[in-house]
Amino acid sequence: MIRSAVVTREIDPTALIAEIQSNELGAISLFAGTVRDTNDGRPVTSLDYSAYTAMAESELAAILAEAADRFGVTVIVAEHRVGPLALGDVSVAIAAAHAHRAPALDCTRFVIDEIKQRVPIWKLEHYADGGREWVDPTQASGVARA
Amino acid sequence: MSTVTVQLFASYAESFGGATLKIPLDPGSTVRDLLSSIRMLPGAYVLPDSPRVAVNRRFASPDQLIDALDEVALIPPVAGG
Repeated sequence: MIRSAVVTREIDPTALIAEIQSNELGAISLFAGTVRDTNDGRPVTSLDYSAYTAMAESELAAILAEAADRFGVTVIVAEHRVGPLALGDVSVAIAAAHAHRAPALDCTRFVIDEIKQRVPIWKLEHYADGGREWVDPTQASGVARA
Repeated sequence: MSTVTVQLFASYAESFGGATLKIPLDPGSTVRDLLSSIRMLPGAYVLPDSPRVAVNRRFASPDQLIDALDEVALIPPVAGG
């Protein structure tokens, strides 16, 4: 069972665990990313995630298919949230189940690393000083060139 | 000559001032040719040296041919997760 989605609602990581839990698979790995209150020392008040949704959904599905093939994991779910998020909100969650821990752990690590490289989702940070910036991980400053 | 619609997102949409660009396309044009045309527009300062382009929802190489009916998008540096 492999499922991925780009969602606009809250993500409940425990629901992902419940979705993939089974008596045959003794290892569940969960990764959850949450909205942090600072970036590069600058206090963050909220975020807006936006996406090229059609491609984000297809890339996410492709990443899960690659992970399944690479690690022999057949049970993976992943959700990425878009829209306005508050501090502490879960922006992404990935859960993988396997009979043994190593493939489950490797799978979630691979999926989040690939999401950060190739899923077309963007993050607009709002700061306590009133400013806003598009986050650009390719820039040394971490924000888009102005 | 035909025209292709290029979708823009995030920082690129703000820099170019809209959600799409209409770019004239000669027959046999590639992603590289498209980027050359886009670089002449106001707002192109936002583009890095090698911007990522998606054609029909897949990342495309500079040599990939583009047809006017393709779904083309300029992909800013992604920041999901």
